[in-house]
Amino acid sequence: MKPSDRIEGTQIPDARGYFGEFGGQFVPETLVPALEELNEAYEAFRDNEEFADRLRQLARDYCGRPTPVYFARRLSDHLGGAQIYLKREDLAHTGAHKINNALGQGLLAESMGKRRIIAETGAGQHGVATATVAALLGLDCHIYMGSVDMERQRPNVFRMQLLGAEVIPVESGSRTLKDAINEAIRDWVTNVDDTFYLLGSVLGPHPYPRMVRDFQRVIGDEARGQMLQMTGNLPDACIACVGGGSNAIGLFYAFLEDPTELVGVEAGGRGIETGAHAARFADPSLGRPGVLHGTRSYVLQSLEGQIMDTHSVSAGLDYASVGPEHAHLRSKGRTHYTWATDDEALEAFDVLCRYEGIIPALESCHALAEAMKRAPQMGRAEIILVNLSGRGDKDLDTVVAEMGRDR
Amino acid sequence: MSTGNRGEEAIARMFEGARKHGRAAFLPYYPIGYPDYGTSIEIIAKMADIGVDGFEIGMPFSDPLADGPTIAAATDHALRGGINTARCLEAVRELRERGVDQPLLLMGYLNPILAYGPEIFVAEAREAGADGLIVPDLPPEERGLLEDPCRNSGLALVAFLAPNGGPRRITLAAEKATGFIYIVSVTGITGARESLPDTLPAFLDRVRAQTDKPLVVGFGISRPEQARAMGEIADGFIVGSALVRAAEEGIDAVIRLAETLRNALDA
Repeated sequence: MKPSDRIEGTQIPDARGYFGEFGGQFVPETLVPALEELNEAYEAFRDNEEFADRLRQLARDYCGRPTPVYFARRLSDHLGGAQIYLKREDLAHTGAHKINNALGQGLLAESMGKRRIIAETGAGQHGVATATVAALLGLDCHIYMGSVDMERQRPNVFRMQLLGAEVIPVESGSRTLKDAINEAIRDWVTNVDDTFYLLGSVLGPHPYPRMVRDFQRVIGDEARGQMLQMTGNLPDACIACVGGGSNAIGLFYAFLEDPTELVGVEAGGRGIETGAHAARFADPSLGRPGVLHGTRSYVLQSLEGQIMDTHSVSAGLDYASVGPEHAHLRSKGRTHYTWATDDEALEAFDVLCRYEGIIPALESCHALAEAMKRAPQMGRAEIILVNLSGRGDKDLDTVVAEMGRDR
Repeated sequence: MSTGNRGEEAIARMFEGARKHGRAAFLPYYPIGYPDYGTSIEIIAKMADIGVDGFEIGMPFSDPLADGPTIAAATDHALRGGINTARCLEAVRELRERGVDQPLLLMGYLNPILAYGPEIFVAEAREAGADGLIVPDLPPEERGLLEDPCRNSGLALVAFLAPNGGPRRITLAAEKATGFIYIVSVTGITGARESLPDTLPAFLDRVRAQTDKPLVVGFGISRPEQARAMGEIADGFIVGSALVRAAEEGIDAVIRLAETLRNALDA
């Protein structure tokens, strides 16, 4: 393969922010100059060794990178097939991969002289990461969070407040992540001069999908080397959960030109047939290309183009659209997507707690559930790498309530 | 009033007519389906009777991120009441049947238009009697999705400009806009405001230096003195949230406010 024939490379996205037919910049005119300013600042930031050094140093000393890859021996034996390895993003500072992006964008905001940071959050992990970085850098921080999510992720609301952030409840629409993004965009459009919108996933208008990917690709860059060192081989499959898709892109990116299978797992909620899910790729009647929050990608929508309410037991996957680069990689056949239901994710939660002494985030449990389905069908010499994108302390209330209901 | 070609030409005639009387054009925004379909038609038809110059007809979307709480709540209400894109096209047809002759510009977010099918939507909008299209989440760079169908049918496709737009943004809007350039008065979302920024006249001057296209100011205008001030610096202005808020008190309150704003231009 010639370098120019590669599926991915530095030419993706193009100058207008398109990954093939997905991406772009569908925003009110007021935000276009702000996005241009952001894009220029990011280009300069990427090329600046001083910033790169500072980011690397903080990633190491503050976030605890590199995070380990751990061989889950008891889990693998229990499943009786493929060997399962876990990329331990749950061990990063603040308990999830979200800190990688928050730190990168935080430094960028500081370099642009923007002292006011806003962000949206679903599960609260991105909100906590943003509040953390704002405290670290002495920036003023406001987090939009749907009131439904505030209820189901209360510990994270307290964490953000302890870190000095203002958490603003969003009461519009479904009162979840989608509505928090609407409010964050409304805030940004109003306070565009002094405010930096620290978007938490590979979503939104250009340059966010690219920028967030670049800040998250450290996951895969580390993991690929770690797997080669530990096993002498590349994994046969990499599995990650996909809400917006930042932890998945972060893991997949280093493996795009390898023979490794790349599998994204969406939230199957109560089952695809019930319509109560957040699986954009699983349900062609509801998940179709469309435009939401500034980007063209797959969107769960009615026939009339109204955005659907979604459901997942995990707030972080409970979103109607998906990062445009996922839509692109899928259209190229390089990645593929499946789903795990709420019940399957809760089962995976239980298993990882008992067999490995690790309490995983419900988001990451969707990826684990897929690994648990596959491993028994695979040979013992085969390897699955799962991105354990976050830890589950935040989910204890939800899990206790769900388990109490069903068991 | 002329019953000739609709679309871009009708919009151009609207500005000519207002200019002849030495005033700016007044374009109320009103959403279909607030508080219900029939009442919204009634309100628009009555505003037409008192001599407003044209309309921005709001189509609902589940995630109206350029709108403030007043319009977001009204369009959400419309959506729950079963209003969809097809129903909005029907409203245009019905307004024409009732003799409303002013230019009608449909205002809606991109996704429902894409779901309808851009070509079909533009063709049906034109056939129903619409003259233009206002899509707040479609910057000039992405206009390709709607530009050709609009050009082919003569439906105006307005471009936005915001006060933080530099010379390059102004050039782009001036080059692309058909019908008029929608000048966003403030950085922000729709909604009535106490005052408009002092820098607005200078911004309009900068735009005017680059284009002859009509400039219509929107966002934040709610009072007669603001209407009068806009009349002196722009070719037209849009009032939305204040009218929608008045609708909470009933049809008469909307018409009274529209009349006050309209009369302020003649004073």
